[in-house]
This record gives sequence, C-alpha cells and structure tokens, in this order.
Amino acid sequence: MREISRYSAWSLARKALFGTRWRRAWRAADPRPTYDVVIIGGGGHGLATAYYLAARHGITNVAVLEKGYLGSGNVGRNTTLVRSNYLLPGNTEFFEHSLKLWEGLSHELNYNVMLSQRGQLVLAHGPGQLDVLARKGNTMRLNGIDAELLEREDVQKLVPFLDYSAQSRFPIYGGLYQARAGTVRHDAVAWGYARGADHLGVDLIENCEVTGFLRSGDRVIGVETSRGTIHAGRTAICVAGHSSQMTAKLGWRLPVESHLLQAFVTEPIKPFLDHVISFGAELFYVSQSDRGGMVFGGHIDGFNSYTQRGQLPKVQTVAECAVALIPGMSRLKVLRHWGGIQDMTPDGSPFIGRTPFENLYLNAGWCYQGFKATPATGWCLAHTIAHDQEHPLIRHLSVDRFERGNGHDEYGLGLWNYKQ
Amino acid sequence: MAMTNMVSGSGTISSNAMLRIPCPQCGLRDYSEFRYAGDATKSRPGLESTDPREWHDFVFLFDNPKGAHREYWQHVQGCRQWIVLERDTATNRVGSASLARERGHV
Repeated sequence: MREISRYSAWSLARKALFGTRWRRAWRAADPRPTYDVVIIGGGGHGLATAYYLAARHGITNVAVLEKGYLGSGNVGRNTTLVRSNYLLPGNTEFFEHSLKLWEGLSHELNYNVMLSQRGQLVLAHGPGQLDVLARKGNTMRLNGIDAELLEREDVQKLVPFLDYSAQSRFPIYGGLYQARAGTVRHDAVAWGYARGADHLGVDLIENCEVTGFLRSGDRVIGVETSRGTIHAGRTAICVAGHSSQMTAKLGWRLPVESHLLQAFVTEPIKPFLDHVISFGAELFYVSQSDRGGMVFGGHIDGFNSYTQRGQLPKVQTVAECAVALIPGMSRLKVLRHWGGIQDMTPDGSPFIGRTPFENLYLNAGWCYQGFKATPATGWCLAHTIAHDQEHPLIRHLSVDRFERGNGHDEYGLGLWNYKQ
Repeated sequence: MAMTNMVSGSGTISSNAMLRIPCPQCGLRDYSEFRYAGDATKSRPGLESTDPREWHDFVFLFDNPKGAHREYWQHVQGCRQWIVLERDTATNRVGSASLARERGHV
C-alpha cells in the first residue's frame, strides 16, 4: 500500500504557506503480465468499479485499461445531472442507491466532487402528464425517496422565469420536484475514483487499447493490448459507445446501436437558474453551472454515429425547446456544443452482469443515463465480479432479457423509443 | 444535376458540413429531410420460420459498425422513396445511394 496523501484544510494551508508541490493524484502505471481483474475502459464506470473492487471487496490486484486518457469519454461529456426519480421496480431502487452513494462520495473518496443538491423539477404540460408524474412521485415516496408534486402556482413561485403566458405553446400545469437531485462536477468523479483506486493499489494504465481477447474455449483469460498481453482472472467491459466494437472481437453481437448525443453550454451569466429543470413537452433539460453558463441537452441526433460531432438541425430543435421553456434564454449565445457516443438499447435500459463467456462481465447500453448511475454501477459491477453473481439491484438488467421477453421499459413508450 | 455529380465524382462529402444525402431522385439534400430507418444489411427470416432465436437475432442484434454502414433512409419530405445509403459512421462520409426497391429490399 502506498503512502496516502489526504486532502484537508490543513494540507491546503500547509501547501499554501510553504509552497511545497502537490504530488500526482495517481501513478502512471505500466501494465504487468497478470491481474486478478482487468477492467476495460477508464471512464467513470470503469474507475468506480475498480475503486469498489478494492475498497469493498479487498480485490486490489486490478488494472484499468484506457485507450486514451482517464475520463476522456462520456464522463466528461454529460450534463452532470444526478437524480433518482424512476418508476419501474428495479430502476427505482438502483438509482436511489446511486443517489445515496453520490451523497457520501466526497467523504468516501476524500475528493470534492462538488455535489450540488439544488433540486430537479420535471414539468407537466397537461393534466394527464401531471397524473403520470403523481404516480411516479407516489412510487418514489413508497420507496422512501423524496418527491413533491407541485401545482402551477407552486412552480411559478419556485421558477418565475418560465413561460406562464396565455400564448405559451406548452402551458405549465405543475411538476414533480425532487429536492435531493442536482449536479456533480463530472471530471472530479473520474479523478476522485481514479485517485481512490490508485491509493488502494489498482493500476490505472492509459494509452492502452485492447485489441483482442485471450480465450480458452468460452472462457476469457485475458486481453491483447497495444501495450502487450495481459492475463486476467476476470475481465469487465465498460466502454460505453464502443461496446459493440469490443464484443465484436469475440464474435458477439449486442442489442445496441451507437448514436450521438449533443450537449450545450452558453456564455456565463449571473446566477439565474437555481434548479435543474426538465421540459415535459420534449426531451430537454437545463441547469446553470457554477461558472454561470446554462448547460443543456436534448435528444440524440437520430442516426448511428461515432463522430462525436453534432449535426446542426438538432442544435435548432434544442434551442427551440430552451426558448419555449425559458423565453429569457433567447438572447444568450451558445459558447460550445459537443457530442458523446451513446450505446442505445431497445428498451432504454442498460446491461450489467455476466455474459455468455465465463469470467467476462459486461456493463453497457446506458443510453442517456450513464452518468447518474456511475456510483451504483461501480458498486454493483464490483459485487458481480467479486462473487461471479449479479448484485440484487441489477438482476433485471441482464443482456439476454430480450430472448425471454423481459424488456425493461422505464418510459412506457414501448421498445425502440429512441427511434421514434 | 451538378451537385449530385460532385458527390459521385469524389465519392465523399466533407464531414464538416451537415450530413447530406444524394437522393437518386432529388439530388443532394440535407439529411433533415429524411427519416433514418437503420441497418439495411439484415435480412428478415422467412415468414414460415418459427425459430424464436432467429427472430430475436433479426430484431434485436446489430453489427453496429464503426466505419462502413449500409442503412435505410426514407425521403419523407421529398420523393418519399426508400433509399439504401452507404455511409461511414466514424466520419459521416457518404458513398453511394440507391433506391431500396431497385435493390430488392422492399
């Protein structure tokens, strides 16, 4: 075990007074020939899995292999929202577990992930939609999760700058508010888990691309990489949008299509938007960053893509949503928009668990919701790897569920809602 | 048409521009006039097939390639024809487009 340098007010003051240099937050490890567990993908999910394997299951002979640099993918490309307002059995408990882990994460990791529980408001634009939100809120409360149903007047008191006018295209009937939801500084999540895992002995290996699998029959016994052959007792795939490419090396096709999702940030303005707001008439969500920029996103672009660069018609659609919801945003300039690759699944739910290959575990298909799931995914996948048995919170997320007709359709829109 | 010739001449379109699709009927048009309809390389099992595995694989599994992709688009705001387009999913470079019915897809 390495000497651990903890962050504290004392260490900050000492460094400020004496000007000593901060040490690197984690080592630049070189690959060793053999590990107990190899995790492919050094994003939020892979790093969280490595951390919980070491911290909760005492498995420290672990490598995380990242083809670029740590946190270079979707963990730094999302809109940083965390919440647990889910309806279906399975999802409700899983995402609440995740939110509870978020609430303790800065202390757990001794790393400030800047969780800001500013509350999320989901809007209803008709009485039927408000009924649906009431049902979801009741489900949440029955599961011990905070939820509050707001009427139009309450919403107007909370966020007076939405479009409440008589001409409003989508009149506001009310909303469902979760006060514990909020935002997290997403890069800090990758860095915090990386540092925590490294301190416990995990090797974080960057610029190391997996090019193939070592197999003994249907058992995976390691990986071929751009930095040599690595043998592994158990191997986990956490590569988000590139999951199909990884499993193709095993001749295994997934129920996944990779699509591009854009996110946007405007020029910074003074504090204006205190909450996270989700439009009810389209997929659109917005919050204000600590720097002052309005951060928002919408739907995927709509066709298979690995380009990580968005198309302009979607920019227009998202901007129209923004202005329909908050007319005051019409004068803001968009500073940047960027894209991440989403692994879309037929029912909108992910896959976590064992695979047709012995000692190989898959975590894929997170669609729009990977970031908020990061701690619980790491928690449950670490358990699954350590025990070779799915954690109870993810039993409904098996990769073969469509063969058994067990799709898990959170949105109630039927399969393939991402294509509609 | 001149623009169509430009496309077939180089075989590619800059990935910096908006994705544009060379419709065999209407020429080069913005992708936003089209509806995307997914992987065109799959072939449906025979209607007499009762093997659930075969149907599962047809409906749910994808090659999802990073690179050359053959896919359906329908020109819903144009000639309404179904088109089979060759496109590179890593760069959005567009290759040939043909009418799906002429290729026996429909």
